[in-house]
Amino acid sequence: MGRTEMTLEATVNSSPTTIAELVGHRTTETFALLDEESKREIRRALLQAVCIPGYQVPFGSREMPVARGWGSGGLQVTLACVGADDAVKVIDQGDDEGVNAVNLRRLVTMSTGIDETTEVDEATLIQSRHRIPEDDMNENHILILQVPVPEPLRGIERDIRELARMHAEADYSRMWVSLYEDKVRNGVITQSTGYPCLVASRYIVATTPIPRWDIPRLHQSKFLTLFGAGREKRVYAIPPYTDVEPLTFEDVPFEVESADGATCRLCGSSDSFLVEMPGKQESWSCSDTAWCRRQRNT
Amino acid sequence: MTSIHVPSPIIQVRNLGKYYGNFDPAMIDRTGPEHGTARDHVTASIVAAWGVNFDVAAGEALGIVGESGSGKSTVLRCIAGDVAASTGDVRLAPFEDGNVNILDLDPSARRQLRINTLSVVYQDPAEGLALGVTAGGNIADPLTAAGWRNFGAIRDRARELLARTEVPLDRMDDIVRNFSGGMRQRVQIARALANKPPILLLDEPTTGLDASVASGVLDLIRQLLEELQVAAIVVSHDFGVIEMLTERCLVMQHGRVVEDALTDQLLEDPHHPYSQKLVAAART
Repeated sequence: MGRTEMTLEATVNSSPTTIAELVGHRTTETFALLDEESKREIRRALLQAVCIPGYQVPFGSREMPVARGWGSGGLQVTLACVGADDAVKVIDQGDDEGVNAVNLRRLVTMSTGIDETTEVDEATLIQSRHRIPEDDMNENHILILQVPVPEPLRGIERDIRELARMHAEADYSRMWVSLYEDKVRNGVITQSTGYPCLVASRYIVATTPIPRWDIPRLHQSKFLTLFGAGREKRVYAIPPYTDVEPLTFEDVPFEVESADGATCRLCGSSDSFLVEMPGKQESWSCSDTAWCRRQRNT
Repeated sequence: MTSIHVPSPIIQVRNLGKYYGNFDPAMIDRTGPEHGTARDHVTASIVAAWGVNFDVAAGEALGIVGESGSGKSTVLRCIAGDVAASTGDVRLAPFEDGNVNILDLDPSARRQLRINTLSVVYQDPAEGLALGVTAGGNIADPLTAAGWRNFGAIRDRARELLARTEVPLDRMDDIVRNFSGGMRQRVQIARALANKPPILLLDEPTTGLDASVASGVLDLIRQLLEELQVAAIVVSHDFGVIEMLTERCLVMQHGRVVEDALTDQLLEDPHHPYSQKLVAAART
């Protein structure tokens, strides 16, 4: 409180009279861009999220220097969690060099002075859009996923009061009906990315658009996963060592994506998540670029 | 009047009441059949149903008959949990051995009852069905709510129910919106029976269907009631429906039960003037 008053006073006393002065008039930089009160508020929401695995906690999503829908939720979670000893890795679809990944990483490192890295081993905070790194992660890692649509039931119910009721009562039969309908119409459950999962046998979560390939990684993981949806103003979490079950019928096994016989054209690996090169049929490469590079070098 | 009490009832309803607006104890005496209205002229409150008592035994179907606005659907909806009753005591033998007044349960517990204790068939299939979902999917809904997680088993059960309610099996994977009114009603009945509930509530189940389709659906309901030995409540304004499906019935007018009789007796010898009017109207 005292600090806020002092800052205001300082502003008044110097009374800038031109826009140039106003812009140039920057008060002391805060660590990790956000003011302490904001970070505290986000951390409080995150603590609640960790305590109630899979439950979507509302939070006061801030204006960020990136537009909402461009990772602002993940960014706020990262900035609220980051400390001076952390090292950050940011990926976009598995790629450290994606434009958005580079910008977000720069924002984090410039506002904190912490190290950046592309190596999972060296990172403590890993912010990601739509992938979980191939490497093993452990208790020292926090995985932060950017979430466009945090509500797994959005496609089957539009009324938010009804959605809140369904979650509160774990009334998920309509979700099962949608899987049933999918199987009847298409012969298989077609939902590919963001596959709905039951967390700790209680809440259904949207697993962001991570591919099915990554879903088993969330089950009983050693690392903490935090989900941030800036536009939708929700955070949720999967704590370490928590059950994460993809919703599927007993007699319809959950299957991850596979491309028969495909190997990465760069590192030759066949046991990583492969993506088709844009515009080139049957030309595959690893989605996780840092992992792929390491495969080639060792 | 015949006794409203039966030995070991499945459904027991005592002093069920529902009003809309402010409550004033005196308004009960200012409304009802003697006053020709359910609306209190002092408070402008509506006494939609008041002092309703009855029992329903296993394998028995009780009818509630009356004109629009008589309170018969209100009674059914209060028992179903669609409408919160203002007062009363309703016990269901299959739920906690009838030791709990279900009107005291919170909305979540009330919804639980709808999964495998109590099913409702509405006049409008859109109320009981998801029209954008296939016939099979509509049956999968209560099954998955009850914990079914085997796709093949769900398909088998849906097929069995649709066959029983005479829905052509080649329509099983079509969305219900593309079905005719009679077919929708058959799917709704199939869905209501999915978890073999011991209690079935039917709210004008054939109203709005054309005569030949209605008689087919009515036949089906009668067979099912006989076959399944559920306790049923049938609400209808149509004495034909009540006569065909029920052994006993209540006549309601302006929110009160005015007569309670065996159905054939009522049709032969109605006592209350309003019942006489209703029977006379049905017989012409």
